Formats: sequence, C-alpha cells, structure tokens
Amino acid sequence: MALRKLKAVLLAGATTVGLVAVAIPGSAATVRHASGVNWSTVTTLTKSGPTSMAALVAAAKKEGHLNVIALPNNWANYGAIISSFSKLYHISVNSANPDGSSQDELNAIKSDAGRSDDPDVIDVGQSFAIEAANQGYLAPYRVTTWAAIPAGQKAPGADWYGDYGGYVAIGCDSKTVKVCPTSFKQMLKPGMGYKIGINNNPTESAAAFAAVWGAALASGGSLNNIKPGVDWFQKLNKAGNFVPTVAGTATVQSGATNIVIWWDYLQASEIQALPGYAKRWKVAIPTDASFAEYYDQAINKGAPDPAAARLWEEYLYSTAGQNLWLAGEARPIELPYLVANHLANAKALAALPAAPAGVTNFPTQAQSKAAKAIVAADWPTEMGSDA
Amino acid sequence: MTVTEALASGPGSSVPEAGGHAVTTQARNKGLRRAVRPALAMAPFVIYTVLGLGIPTLAVIEEAFRSDTGKLTLANVHTVMHGTYRLGFLNSILLAAITSVVPGILGVFLAYAIETSRSGVLRRLVATASGVLANFGGINLTFMFIATLGSTGVLTAWLSVAHLNPWNHGFNLYSFYGVAFVYLYFQIPLMVLVITPALGGLRPAWREAAENLGASSFRYWRTVGIPVLLPSVLGGMLLLFGSAFAAYATADTLTAGTVTLAPIQIGEVLNGNVISGEENIGYAIGLGMLIVLTITMVLYSLVRRRASRWLR
Repeated sequence: MALRKLKAVLLAGATTVGLVAVAIPGSAATVRHASGVNWSTVTTLTKSGPTSMAALVAAAKKEGHLNVIALPNNWANYGAIISSFSKLYHISVNSANPDGSSQDELNAIKSDAGRSDDPDVIDVGQSFAIEAANQGYLAPYRVTTWAAIPAGQKAPGADWYGDYGGYVAIGCDSKTVKVCPTSFKQMLKPGMGYKIGINNNPTESAAAFAAVWGAALASGGSLNNIKPGVDWFQKLNKAGNFVPTVAGTATVQSGATNIVIWWDYLQASEIQALPGYAKRWKVAIPTDASFAEYYDQAINKGAPDPAAARLWEEYLYSTAGQNLWLAGEARPIELPYLVANHLANAKALAALPAAPAGVTNFPTQAQSKAAKAIVAADWPTEMGSDA
Repeated sequence: MTVTEALASGPGSSVPEAGGHAVTTQARNKGLRRAVRPALAMAPFVIYTVLGLGIPTLAVIEEAFRSDTGKLTLANVHTVMHGTYRLGFLNSILLAAITSVVPGILGVFLAYAIETSRSGVLRRLVATASGVLANFGGINLTFMFIATLGSTGVLTAWLSVAHLNPWNHGFNLYSFYGVAFVYLYFQIPLMVLVITPALGGLRPAWREAAENLGASSFRYWRTVGIPVLLPSVLGGMLLLFGSAFAAYATADTLTAGTVTLAPIQIGEVLNGNVISGEENIGYAIGLGMLIVLTITMVLYSLVRRRASRWLR
C-alpha cells in the first residue's frame, strides 16, 4: 500500500515537471505572434506603418520583459542603463549571470534556445560575435543610427555591431606610489615600489589580453606581433614589479597592487568609484601604446522577446543610451558622431582620460587568432613560475 | 495500532491483503515487492548519478573527439598531449602529488595528536573545524592569503619587524610553491577528516599486548601501527590527490595563469573572454583529467579493500 502511495506521488511529480516543461516554450511562442508583425524577422525600422518605432514600442511593452546576460551593474554604467530603459518603457529586465564571460553568453544562447529565459541580446567580444554569427545564432538588425557606427566596427550583414569600448590604461595609487608611471617603459623601472597587476589571466580576460597587446605595441611589437608584449611582462616580473594575482578593487584597497593595467572605463567605474579613490587613483592612457577595443551588440535569432530586443538596441544607440555609456567613462561607438553634432554630455566627455592623438588601429580577426595562440603558449612558460 | 502492538505483530503480518487473492499470487507479489522495494529506494540515487555524472561524462568523452564543426577527429586529443597543455597536465599532477603527500603526513600526525588527547571538547572542535576548512577554497581563500602573507600582508608586515620577512628569503606566494602552500589550508583538514576513523580503529589492546611482550614504542609502530594504518593513509592521500588535481579557482585567482594547470586551461577555453571556438580542446583536457582521476579512484578502491581487512 505504501508502495502504491509512493508510485502515485512519483507519477504526480513527473506529471507536474512535464507540464512545466511544456508550458515554458508554449508561453514564449504565444508572445512571439501576439502582434500582427513577426518582430523576430524585422531587420530595420520604417518611418511609419506596422514596423515604425511607435509600433516597436507598443509590441515591446506588450512582451513586457527583456532577458539580458553578463552585464555587471558597475561595468560601463549598465546598472543605470538597465534601470532607465526599464523605467522609460515599463519593461522588466531580467539580468542573468551579471559576471559571466562572452563564452558564457554564447553557451547560454545555445543551451537555452526555446526557453522563455533565453537571452534576447548579447554583449560580447568581437571574436565571439563573429563565431556566433558564423554558427547562425544571430538575427541581423540595423539600428536607426546605423550610419553613425564606423564601418570597421560592424558586420556588413548587420549580425553584430560595436557598442562601447576603451583604451588600455595605467591606473595608479598616487598615495602610495611617489611617481605614477604613464608609459609601459616607466613601469619596468626597478626599485620604485611598483606593484603592478592585471585583472586576470590574459588567456581568460579580454582586458588582460589587451594589456599584453599594449605592452607589445610599446616595445617594438605590432598588431601582427604580440610576442614583445609577453616578453615585456617577463621583464616586469624579473624586475620584481609584477604581482601575478587577479588585480581588482580588493587588491587595490589592501595595497597588494598599487598599479593596475586595465580598461580606462573599468578603472573609473570600479576603482575610482571606491570611497576616497576618485582623486587618489590616477588613470593615464600610456604614452607609448594606444590599444583600444570595442565590445559588440547582437540580437539572438531565437530571442523570446524579439520586439523588446530590438527596442533595447534602439535605446542603446539613441543619444540617451550613448550618453549613458559615456557617463560610465566608456567610449560609445558613436562618440565621434555625437561630438560632431554637439550631442555628447560635455561633463562626462571631459572626465574621460585624454585619448591619444592619431589613429588607433584594431586587430583583424586573423591577427587576433594568431596573437591568442602565442599568448596561450608563451604566457605560462615565460612568466616562469612553474615548478 | 500502538507502537508496542506493531512491534509485537512483527513485519509482514500486520496488514492483511485486501480481497481474496489466491495464495500463489500473493506469494509472487511478495517476492516481486521484495525485489522492487530496495531498487525503488536506490532509484533517486541512481537517477541522480546517471543525470549528474554519467551523462556529462559521456558528453565530455564524445565532444573530445569532435571538431568545432562536429566532425569526428583525433586532433583535440593530439593537441592537448603537446606543448602548453602537456605542461598543464604535468604541473597539475606534480602539484597534486606534493599537496597530497605533505598534508597527508602532517594530517596523520595532527589527527593522532587530537585522537590521543584527553579533551573531548578539543576533539569535537577539530572535527567540526576540519569539516568547514576542508571545503574552504576559491577566491576567498586566495584573498585571505594575499591579505595575510602577500608582499603587503599583515603577517608579512609583523614578520618584517622581526627581520623575518619571508619574501626576502625566497618565499613567493604567487608561484607554483605558493599555490601548493595555500592548498595545505584545505588539504590538511581533509586528511584529518578521512584518517581519524582509521586511527580510532587502532585498538589500545594491541599496544598493551605488544608492550606486555616487551616491544618498545618504536617496535610497536614498525610492526603493528604503521602496517595497519598504511593502507588508510595511502587511501587518504589518493583522495587528497583527487581534490588538489581538480581544484581550480584558488590557483587561477592567485596566479592569473602564470602557473598553468589543466583545470585552468579548461576554464580558458570554456568560459573565457578571449579564446573562442576551442571548446572541444577543453573537452579533450577534461578527458585527460578523467583518465588521471579514474586511475586514482581505482588505486583508492584497491587500497581501501586492503585497509578494511584490519579496521572494521
């Protein structure tokens, strides 16, 4: 009898699980076809008619939610961006795995496909955007301000588009370091009390990888040759100036690292945002290397909220959205356009560390791939703390 | 029915079968029930193991032999047996070996000291603390060590007042041996946890018997204590090996890849921000780790079998 009861419970449990499993994709499907327009196939807005901005807003409001992933609140001002978008359009934003990586984002759109919490939009490093596009996971979309995005920073087919970025910068605790270095060359000087860190393993973190690339540009390397960057870190290590732990707010506050090579906007939003560090933490773009990189936006082809996803992109590439990134001391992709048309927030613009003169070049996909292979192979051996 | 009644009536006789079943059917049902019941009790565990361990393991093995485009290939396995990935395996095995033998030995002495102490409070305290500390790791542990023994750490500062700054005497927390040192923090308590029951099995009567026969303390340990304990100690060390071999976050956050280890390399390809499209290399490294751990587990179970001969 006990057995029969147990069986019944098990059966009931299994049925409930089954029902939930059926219900989730079902609810997503109804949302998709609620309006007359199938927003998941819309590639750009029209001035009027069923695919106008007004229609998009109405459809997105009807969906009522948006799934974003890997957007930390204190990263490029995403906390404020999410809350102002949510308030403006009355759309609740479900922010998953805020500390996730680009690879986590791709894993999510692959494994969550068909679920109502599948990410609608992603914000990833360029090589990840290209990979996702090649595998057919992205829905092409041209925002209204498409023309203001520089040609080299968007996929010709509009699968992905650059969003914001920054320069490799040297942050320095002016309270404990007597002379703050402003170039890679100066950082090699021994006996200055420099305790220099990067934010992670360069084969895991894009910012740390960029630090190696900056070092390469400063010491005879090029976008075709990252090896001098690895050699530079080896020299830094031998000079006793390198602290190989994962640098961040904790190591800065404890004094374990008094200099951090990191994106300029993260120096601002993470370290200068600490109490007492706004003036104390000096940020400089190295005089002997300007290396910049942009992240990319893209819409998931199987987005459960296709209208909200497109509205999110329109918002990010509006003057308001671009200025919000700027307020986080990230450089929005349309910054030159904003400056030329006097649309940029002057105060936020003045707070940015001065950009180096001249043209900043970006590595091609082939150059990136070659550089990654070299760093992956040489970083552990050259840094020489293996047994 | 009260408890005493239930006890008095005994199992099987309390509830008569409803309806008028034939005796043979009843017997068959009983036999079936006897076979099904234990299986049913095991079912949650079996389902959990298959879903949580079996299927992922098979997926790792399968993906290790597939290219990025899904074709069957041996290229991943070949790649991870060479260059930096080979170095990762060698480092991981060496690190796991050091951090199983050293804390293994230290743990035995510590556990013995506690087991033979008369303070029951101390014994309970250490048992609880070991249970907590054995599971303490990752970024918290890293930062704890940086704050105490980093170049600007609190303990470092105190020691330098006494001119004993370890950093001036070849100590480097951010190196291979630095990682090994940090691992002691959770490996020693883990050894204490696994070896304490074995020490409890060492009966005082054996020692008394040996002493009555005129054996010295040294002789007792050489011919009785160590031979009885050795399989358990080796078993414990193999367990520590597995724990150190698979540890990831502590080493990763402490050394930022300057000490390359197999699990860190998996992290680079499976959840990084830099390397894209090489997930299958990660699966191949995973396969290599599975092989090493399988060997460890087989050795562990062989050693366990030997150990259980004496300690019941």
